[in-house]
Amino acid sequence: MIHSGQVTLLAAAQVGDVVPARAQMAATLGFHIILACLGIALPSIVLLAEFVGLRRGNEVAMRLARRWSQAMGVTVAVGAVTGTVLSFEMGLLWPGLLRQYGAVLGLPFGLEGIFFFLEAIFTGIYLWSWDRLRPWAHWWSGVPIAVSGIFGAMSVVAVNAWMNQPGGFTQRGGQITSVDPWQVFFNHAAPYEMPHMILAAYMVAGFIVAGIYAAGILRGRRDRYHYTGFALGFVPAAVLTPLQMFVGDTAARSIAHDQPVKFAAMEYVPQTSRQVPEWLAGVYVNGHIYGGLKIPYMDSLLVGFGPGTRVTGWDSVPPADRPPVVWLIHLCFDVMVGLGSLLLLAGLWAAWTWWRRRRWPRPLLFWLLGAVSGLAAIVAMECGWVVTEEGRQPWVVYGLQTTAQAATTNGGVLASLSLVIVMYAVLGTATIAVLRMLARRWRRSDAVASAVPYGPPAVPQDLTTDEAGL
Amino acid sequence: MAADALGAILLTGVTLYAVLGGADFGGGLWDLLAGTTRRGRAPRTLIDESITPVWEANHVWLIFDLVIFWTAFPHAFAAVMTALALPLWLAVGGIVLRGAGFAFRQELTRLPWQRATGVTFAFSSLLTPFFMGTVVGAVATGAVPANASHASLAAWTSPTALLGGFAFVTACGYLAAVYLTKEAHSRGDRRMQAYFTRRAQAAAIVAGALSLAGLATLHGSDPALYARLTGRALPLVVVAGVCGVVVLALLTVGRIRGVRIVAALGVAAVIWGWGVAQYPVLLPGTTVTLSNAGAPHDTLVALVVVFIAALVLVVPSFTLLFTLQSRHLLSAGQNGTAPATASVAQTRPRPHEEQTSGMRAAVLGLVAVVALTPRRRRHTAPHDRTDTHRRSR
Repeated sequence: MIHSGQVTLLAAAQVGDVVPARAQMAATLGFHIILACLGIALPSIVLLAEFVGLRRGNEVAMRLARRWSQAMGVTVAVGAVTGTVLSFEMGLLWPGLLRQYGAVLGLPFGLEGIFFFLEAIFTGIYLWSWDRLRPWAHWWSGVPIAVSGIFGAMSVVAVNAWMNQPGGFTQRGGQITSVDPWQVFFNHAAPYEMPHMILAAYMVAGFIVAGIYAAGILRGRRDRYHYTGFALGFVPAAVLTPLQMFVGDTAARSIAHDQPVKFAAMEYVPQTSRQVPEWLAGVYVNGHIYGGLKIPYMDSLLVGFGPGTRVTGWDSVPPADRPPVVWLIHLCFDVMVGLGSLLLLAGLWAAWTWWRRRRWPRPLLFWLLGAVSGLAAIVAMECGWVVTEEGRQPWVVYGLQTTAQAATTNGGVLASLSLVIVMYAVLGTATIAVLRMLARRWRRSDAVASAVPYGPPAVPQDLTTDEAGL
Repeated sequence: MAADALGAILLTGVTLYAVLGGADFGGGLWDLLAGTTRRGRAPRTLIDESITPVWEANHVWLIFDLVIFWTAFPHAFAAVMTALALPLWLAVGGIVLRGAGFAFRQELTRLPWQRATGVTFAFSSLLTPFFMGTVVGAVATGAVPANASHASLAAWTSPTALLGGFAFVTACGYLAAVYLTKEAHSRGDRRMQAYFTRRAQAAAIVAGALSLAGLATLHGSDPALYARLTGRALPLVVVAGVCGVVVLALLTVGRIRGVRIVAALGVAAVIWGWGVAQYPVLLPGTTVTLSNAGAPHDTLVALVVVFIAALVLVVPSFTLLFTLQSRHLLSAGQNGTAPATASVAQTRPRPHEEQTSGMRAAVLGLVAVVALTPRRRRHTAPHDRTDTHRRSR
C-alpha cells in the first residue's frame, strides 16, 4: 500500500469535479444495479416457471413465465442502455482511473463483454421465439442467458473487487509494466464480493417477483395464479437468504482484515483496541454516538470469535485517508444487515409453516412482509453498495489512487449530472408505468377469460382494442 | 506487433458495430421519415419486426469496442473521452432514449403513447450516429490533444467533423434501407421492397456525395490525411466506391441476393480506409501511436485471447440468432397477447414442418441449443399481422 503525501496534495489540487462526478456515478449505478439484478436473476426465475409449466403441465406457471418474459423484455432493454451509460461514464467521469489502470481493470470488463453478448443474443432468441420453437428447445434457449448472467456478474464484480483489493500488476515510475490477468480477476476481494453480489441479485429479483404477487394477494386476489407467482419468486430468494447471510458475514470479517478503515467506519471503531463493542444504529458526530444501541464486546466477538480480538480503528490512518461520512457507512451497513435478517425471518416463517402444516402462513403480517420484501431487498442491496463504495473513499483504487485524481477535468460534470437526473427520473417512471400497464392488461385478459365459462371462447383482441382506446 | 493486432481488433469491432448496430439506428431514421400513422404503418411494422430481436445483441459491439479501446489504449481513450465529452454525452443520451423508446413502444397500445415513444426512438436514432460521426471526425482530423484536460467545442464542430456526423447518419440509413429491402423481399412484400429500394438508392447517392465532400474538405483542412487516403488507403477507398455503385446497380435491376453483403462491405471499406490512412498513429496530430498508448504487453496478449474467445462463443451464437431471424422464427408480435390464450396444451410439439439441417449446422458446438427445432413457421404477410393488439394505428 502506498500512502504518499504527494497523492493527497494532487487530490486537493483538482478536487473540482469529483463531487458531482461521484453523485452522477452513484445515481446511474444505483439505478442500473436494480436492472442488473433483474438481468442476472430474472431469467432463472422465468426459466424456473417455464420448467414447472412444462414438467408438471402447470398451466398457471406457464402463463406466468410468458408474462414475466414480456416484462423481462422491458427491463433488459432499459438495463442494456443504462449499462451503456456506465461504460461511457468510466471514461467520461473517471479518465484518470482509466489512464492509469485501464490496462488492468479493463481485462475483466473484456470478459464481461463476451457474456453480455451471449446474454443479449439468447435473450433475443428466448423472448421472441415463444410458440415458434418446440417447448423444451425454447426452454434451453433461455439457459445461456442465466449462465452468462452469472459469469457476467462475476466479471463486473471482479473489477469492483479489484478496486478494493488491487493486485496482479507491477507499476514502475507511474507506468503499468506487467499484468497478471488471473490475479486481476481473482483478486483478494473477489471470493467474497462475487458471491455476495450474485446472491443479492437473486434475492432482489426473487423478492421483487414475490412482492408483486404478495401485494395482489393482500388486495384479495387469492387465486392459484397469485400464489404460484409468489412461490416462484419467494422460494428461491428465501432459500438463498441464509447463504447470503453467511457470505456477508465472511465478507465483513475479511474486510476487517483487508480494509480495516472501511470496517472501522462500518462498525464505529475510532481507536484500534480490544473488547470493541458493537453499535446498532446511532449517528457518529464529533466523537459521540447518538441514539445507538451498544452491545459490549460484540464487535470483537464477530471479528475474531473472542472478546479480546483486536480491531483496527480509523485512527490507524491520517484523517485525509479516512472516508468522509462515517455515519452514512455505518447506518447503511446496519440497514443492509437488518433488512437481510428480516427477509431471513420471513423465509424461516414460511419454512416452519410449510413443515408443520404444508401451506403458506396465514397471518396478515407474513403477507405484509412478503409485499415489502422486494423493496427491502433493493434497499439492502443499495445500502451494501453505499458501504463498499463510500467505505473505500477517499480511494478509487484502494491505497493507490484517490477518487479526486481519477475524476474528469472536462468541466461539464454539473451539466451532465443535471441531464442524467432528469433523464433517469423520466426513464424510471416510464419503466414502472409500462410494467404496471402490462400487469393491468394481463389482469383484464384474465377477467375476461374467466367471465364466460360457458360462452364462446374469449377473443383476445377484444381486450386489446379496449386497451387501445378504440 | 500485439499493439497492431489490437488496432485491427478494435477496427473490426467498430466495423461490426457500424454494419450491425448502425443499421438499427438507420431503422430509426426511416421510422422518423415514414410519415403519418396510416401511411407509415407498413414500413414501421417492417422496421420494428426486423430490429426487435437483434438490436440488443448488435448494441453489445459498442460496449466491446469501448472496453477494448480503454484497455488496450488507455491514454488515448482518456484523451478522447475528456476532449469530446459533449458529443459523447449526446450520443449516450441518444442510446438511452432510442433503446428505451423502442422497448416501450412495443408494449404500449394507446396511439398517443405509441407516437410519443416512437418519435423518441426515431429521433434519438439520429443523435447517436451523428455525434459518433463528429467524434470520429474530430479524432481523424487531429483535434484531440494527447493530454486533453478539458472538453473542447471546436474539436468536433469543424466542417470535417460535422460532415462526419452527417455521413454517419446517412450511412446508417443506407445500410438499414438495404437490409430492409432484403427483408421485404424475403417476405414477398413487393410494395415494401420497392419502398426501401428507393430509399436505399437515395441514401447511397447522398452518402456518396457526402464522402466526396468530406474528401474535398480534407484536401483543404488536413492535406496529410488526404494524401494518405488517396495514397496507401486508395484501394480501400476504391472498394468502397465500387461497392456503392454495385449496390445501386443491383437495386436498380431488382437483384436482391447478396446486396446486403456488398453494402456492408462498402461501409467496412470506408472504416478500414480510415484505419489504414491513420496507421500507426492513434491520435493524429500527436505522437500517440498504437504501440505507445499505455497498455503493457501482457494486457494486449490477454485481450487477443479474450477476442478469440469472443469469436469462438459469439460468432456461432450470432449465426443462430440471425438464422432464426431470417427464417422468421423470431417475432415481436406474439409475445404480448398470448398469455390469455397460452396454455400447456398449445405448446405441445407438433410435427416438424421444416428442414432443420442448415440451422443445426449453424449451432453445432453449442450444447444448449442443439436441440432447437422450429415447431412451425408463420408465413403471414406483414399486412396480415399488423397486429390488432400492438399497432392499432
